[in-house]
Order: sequence, then C-alpha cells, then structure tokens
Amino acid sequence: MTQPLLADYFPILVFLAIAGGIALAMVGGSLLLARQKPDPEKLSAYECGFEPFDDTRRRFDVRFYLVAILFIIFDLEVAFLFPWAVALGDIGWFGFWSMMAFLGVLTIGFIYEWRKGALDWE
Amino acid sequence: MAWTLALPELVLALCGLAILLIGVLPKRDTFFPMAMAVTGSLLLAAVLVLGQQEGVALNGLYVADSFSSFMKVLALIGAALGLLLALDYNTRERLNRFEYPVLVLFATLGMMVMISANDLMSVYLGLELLSLPLYVMAAFDRDAGRSAEAGLKYFVLGALASGLLLYGASLVYGFAGTTNFDRLAAAFAAQEGVSPGVVVGLVFVMAGLAFKISAVPFHMWTPDVYEGAPTPVTAFFAAAPKVAALALLARVLLGPFADLAAQWQQVVVLISIASMLLGAFAAIGQRNLKRLMAYSSIGHVGYALMGLAVVSDVGLRGLIVYIAIYVFMNIGAFAVLVAMRRSGRAVEQVEDLAGLGRTDPAMALWMAVFMFSMAGIPPLAGFFGKLYVFLAAVQGGYWTLAVIGVLTSVVAAYYYLRIVKVMYFDQPPEAALERAPPSLSVVMATTGLFNLAFCLFPAPMLAAAGIAAAALLG
Amino acid sequence: MIAAAAFYLFAAILIASAVMVVTARNPVHSVLFLILAFFNAAALFLIAGAEFLAMILVIVYVGAVAVLFLFVVMMLDIDFARLREGFQRYAPIGAIVGGILFLELVLVLGAWTFADQAEALRIAPTPPSPVTNTEALGLLLYTDYIYLFQAAGLILLVAMIGAIVLTLRGRPAMRRQNIAVQIARSGSVAAEKVPVGAGIRELGIRRPPPPEETRRLAEPAHGEADHGERH
Repeated sequence: MTQPLLADYFPILVFLAIAGGIALAMVGGSLLLARQKPDPEKLSAYECGFEPFDDTRRRFDVRFYLVAILFIIFDLEVAFLFPWAVALGDIGWFGFWSMMAFLGVLTIGFIYEWRKGALDWE
Repeated sequence: MAWTLALPELVLALCGLAILLIGVLPKRDTFFPMAMAVTGSLLLAAVLVLGQQEGVALNGLYVADSFSSFMKVLALIGAALGLLLALDYNTRERLNRFEYPVLVLFATLGMMVMISANDLMSVYLGLELLSLPLYVMAAFDRDAGRSAEAGLKYFVLGALASGLLLYGASLVYGFAGTTNFDRLAAAFAAQEGVSPGVVVGLVFVMAGLAFKISAVPFHMWTPDVYEGAPTPVTAFFAAAPKVAALALLARVLLGPFADLAAQWQQVVVLISIASMLLGAFAAIGQRNLKRLMAYSSIGHVGYALMGLAVVSDVGLRGLIVYIAIYVFMNIGAFAVLVAMRRSGRAVEQVEDLAGLGRTDPAMALWMAVFMFSMAGIPPLAGFFGKLYVFLAAVQGGYWTLAVIGVLTSVVAAYYYLRIVKVMYFDQPPEAALERAPPSLSVVMATTGLFNLAFCLFPAPMLAAAGIAAAALLG
Repeated sequence: MIAAAAFYLFAAILIASAVMVVTARNPVHSVLFLILAFFNAAALFLIAGAEFLAMILVIVYVGAVAVLFLFVVMMLDIDFARLREGFQRYAPIGAIVGGILFLELVLVLGAWTFADQAEALRIAPTPPSPVTNTEALGLLLYTDYIYLFQAAGLILLVAMIGAIVLTLRGRPAMRRQNIAVQIARSGSVAAEKVPVGAGIRELGIRRPPPPEETRRLAEPAHGEADHGERH
C-alpha cells in the first residue's frame, strides 16, 4: 500500500529538489558573480526588522505565550477534524454528533476564554 | 454499545462544563458557590457510582466492577473533602478564583477514568486528565515563587513520567499486539515464555505509575512540590490522586499482567521496602510540617504497596483498607495544617504547634488523634490498616517485608509522637494560633471520629474491601 | 529505489539536524534546526505510509509547537552559555549512561519477537488498499473510540483553563472598550458651530464634559485619584 501512496507524493519530492536547486543556484550565483562590497548600512536590517546579529534573548511579553498556547489547543482541535471530514460519509449520525459534542466542549472553553478577556489585547 | 455504564463520568463531565460556563458569566467572584456546586457534583457522582451496574463497555475501554466502585467512591469523597479544606484558605490567601473547584472536578474525572480503565489508552488519557489540573493547582499561587517552582517541577517530572508510561505502553503493544486488558491477559495466559520486550514495557509502565504514587525511586519531586504548593492543594495531592494511582497500579498488575507476577513482584517488593525506609528515616529531620507529611505519605505508600507485593486476595484487601484509612487520616491532618494561622499569616513549622494543647484543646486533640493513627497506635484506624497488610505479608510468608514494616513503623512513630509532644509539652509562643474556621473544624471532627470509631465498626469496610478485592482477582 | 534514496537522504538530514539542535550555540538556531528535524521526520512518516501522521507533524509541531518554543526561548532570559558550562565535565558520565541505555536497547531489540497471536489480537486491523490512512483513522476514532476522543477534548479544555489561570493577568489600568456604555452616552456626537477663522488661542481647547458613569466603570478607584491629581 505504500507504493501508490508514495507515487502520489513524487511530484512534491521533485518540487523539493527543484526548489533546493534553484535556491542554491541563486545564492551560489550571486556569491560567485556579483561584486562584493559590503558596508555597515548595506548589512543592517531594514528599518522595521529585528537586528540580525543582536542578542537573541529578547524578552517577549507573557501574553504572546498565552496566545500561542491557545493557538496550539485550537490547532489540535482542528487536527481532529480532518479524519472526521474524510470519513463522515461512513460513520453516520453517531460520528457526526460525536464531533459536535467534542466541538461543544471546546466551545465552552472558547466562551470561558472570551469572558476572561484572554483574547483582548488592550 | 452500553455507554450508560459510564453514566457517573458522563454526568460529572457535564456538571463540570456547566459549572465552568456558569462560573465565568458573572463579573464578580464566584468561588464559593462554584465550590459548593462542585462538591455537590462529586457527591452526585458518588451516588451514581454506587448504583452503577457492572460490566465492560465502550468498546472494551471502560470497566465497572466492585473494585472500581469502591475506589471511585473513595476518590470522590477524598476530592470533596480536599475541596472543603480550600474554602476558607483560598479566600484568605486571595486564591479564591472559581477555576480552582473546576480543576478539582476535572482532576477527579481523570481519577475515575483511571480507576475504570480497561485499556492502556484509557490509562494514559485518564492519567493526563488527572495530571494537567494538578500541575496547574500546584502553581495556583502564581505570584509566590515557591508555588510556581512547585508547579514547574511537578510538570517537568510528571511529563517525564507520562513519557515513560507511554513508552512502556507502546512496547507492550508492539510485543503483545493489543492494549486491551482482557486481551493482554488472554495473550499472556496462552503463551508459555514471556518476551523481554513485554517485561521492559511493563517496567516502564510501572515506573510511570510509581511516579504518581511517589514510591521511592520516583519520589524526588514529592517534598518540594508538597512544600511549595498552597496547603489545601497539598492536601488534595496527598489523598485522592493516590487512591486513583494505587487502584490503577493494582488493576494493571493484577489484571492484564497477572501471569507475569513473577516478573513484577520483586520490583513491587523492592519499591515497597525502599518507600517504607525512606518515609521513616527522611522525615525525622524535617521541621516543615508539609515536608514531613510528604515523607510520611511516601512511607504510607510503601505500606500500601506491601499489600500488592504479596499477590493474594488478603493482600489486595489489605491495600484497599489501608488506602481508605490513609485518605481519612491524611485529610484530617491536613485540615489542621490548613487551619494553622498566626496573626493572619499561614504558618507551617512544627514549632508553630507548640502549646496548642492549652491554647486550642479541640484542634490539638484531633491532631493527636491523626498522629497516633498514622503512627499505628492500637485503637485507632491507622493501626488496623497496618495490621491487615502485615497479616497478609505474614500469611504469604513474606517475613522480611513484615519485619521491615514493623521496624519502620516504630521509627516513624518517633516523628509523629514528636508533634504530639510539641503540642502538649512545649511552651506556647506569645501569639496563639487562630481558631479554626467552621468548615475545617467540621472536616477535622468527621475524619477524627472516623479514626476513633473504626475499631468499633470495622466490618462494613472490611466486607466491602473483600468484595472489591475478589472482583479484581476473580 | 527512489523511496530508498529518499529515506536515506531524509534520515541523514534528520540525524544531522537533531545533533545540531543539541549542539548549536544559539538557542534560536536550535529551534530552527528542530523545525528542520520535524520536516524530515514528517517525510520519513510519509515514506512509511503514515500519511496523516506526517501532515499532523507539519501542522501541529512545525506550525504551532515550534513557534511556541521560539517564544519561550526568547521569553526566558537564560544564559545558555552558562548552562553549558558543565558539558565537558559531565560528558563522560553522560556517555556511560547513554552507553548502558544503548546496550539495553540492543539486548531488547535482539530478542524482538511478536506474540504468535499478535495478528489475531488486533482490534482494528488496517483496512485494505482503497481506504486511506486518514479515512481509516476517521472510521474508528469518532465511533468505536468515542470515549477516548471525548476525554481528549476534556484534556484540551483543561489545558486551556490552565494556561489562562496561570498566565492571564487582569490589568487594572487598562481601558476596555465598553460598547454598551459608549452607545448609551448622550451627547457624545454633537455638531457645534465654531466661528470661522477663530484660532485655538481665542476658543481654547474644547473637550466634551467627562461622562462620570463611564469613568467609574472603566477605571478602579485609585486610577481615578491619580488622574485627578494630574489634571
């Protein structure tokens, strides 16, 4: 069963190879052919970027973390939806309501988080 | 599929969702009404458990029998009492957020899933549903450094233990071909030799569960977490989750792996002896009562495991009786710890109890009852708990276990009696401890009376424990 | 042939990037190498036929977990160079422990035998070819394993509660938009005729009168006292 599956993904492998090849060609080409005359202004980040060679330990507000973890939770919830969507035709109403109960639980969580103000960013 | 069999869990989950929803809607603080609602839900679930039918349901993932009923009722009562301990404390320490009772409820639901697990996957999900709320509760006093530290330590080590359990479960699945307990039991009964992969998997599963009951090689987190977590949370940790984890350990070892007893028995004997020794000796030097109780609970788990190490129905009955009595001793002793306040601040050193016999005779009396009971002094309940496991060990011919058990009880009696001595014979400091609030006095009196009266009416609990043990072994 | 070549390619990159995760000096680089490792692991899952697992690895681990790792690495002010100090000193002990574990693994794998009846014991064997991996999961997860599925939902809910309980802080100084109060406010929108050509010097800065009830709702008592002094 793996062979037909892999055949489906063969274009992606080809795509990966081409993408890697093009990226290498572009970087290598500019490295070999272009004139290299760096100066501090050229090497600095654009005005709104992070400094590239700064200390990486830049503190973020803990609220970023809360948003990220809430995102993970809903991401996982969405992950459960894929097999359900594929198999919905075969699992019938029981499977449908099973997922509705699951979503109901998460909706209660969503209401909770909304009321607590976890989604507000002042 | 007979999903109605899991009615107690279903009702408890729905109650939890409803309480979460109702609790968050009003703008003001809803800690007290929600705590009452959760206590009510826990008791409702206990009633439903008592009326539950027996059988296996939900595609073989869930089992209900006398053993699960007994342990669930015990865990539910332990959780409800643990929640009562938090009522006054959380309000005074400004921890009165309504999420606390909700987390207690979901942790208890996790315990019920664990106790009723009939498949390694249910074991894992139940364990996670129990552990996640516990991590959060340990760090509930998030602005206090040591509470946050307790939560983090517990989380990191707990995640490691869950990983071990999962790794073990996957090994068992890989080598035996199934995760269902009945099928595993059938598979091991049918084959003569046993593959080393299964044994390695079993040891990993046991390590993960031993972490949850804080048996000795996996006990390192216990003193720090018990000390750092807010006192009512520590009380909760020490009672109900241990019931669930011990019940699960007993079910896993005596159910699917019963035919591998020769493999796991020596491990259980070893961790039982190590836990008893550590619990007895490490607690001697402790001045902090919560640390002392942590080591004490490690020791108690050692005694309870002795009942499992014997592998007989008498031993299992001993374990069940021991853990039941342990819950009531422990909740009572923690009620005293939670009540300890001097001029508005919670205190937790042994010296803070000095002179309690004169300043607050009622609280000192109950504390003395709990300490004597934990030490195993005869007319009190704790004595009977130890008696039944020691008897089982002697009957099974495990003299070493019984002798070590008796010797460590003698050593452990030293630090329990020292607390009694401090209460009655030391000079009270300037400011006496405050009087216990009514909710704590009620818990102290109830559990204290249980400890006193057990010797008069031991029959019902012994009979129930006997039926539960027979259900698991039969 | 191509499958085997791809396997060795992805496995080699996976191991190399895993080594880099541990040895990279800069923790942000570690996380980026971890993302590379996840991608290659996903490719290996794909080669093994576990299509769904591969996609979930990309969606959940690369899409969410790795981002969280980056936040955490940046949020914690840990001096990783100092953490690494004992590396040389503890390396021999670590090597011994690792060696013992490796030997044990070899011993276990050397004796690898499936139970004879393992095939028969499977509760839900993989269905034959036309049913894809994802669909096979879907056929079981929501009906036969509904108990575990709903338990997983509750675990996610508890995780959500836990994250909010531990990290969400009410900010008393914060002004939230209260739409009901805003709309109910009378005279918030009013046209006024101002003499043409009169500058700000003659008219002064005009403000609407401070609506008392709005301020009381929006701010706690001490915030109000602060403002009073400043004006």
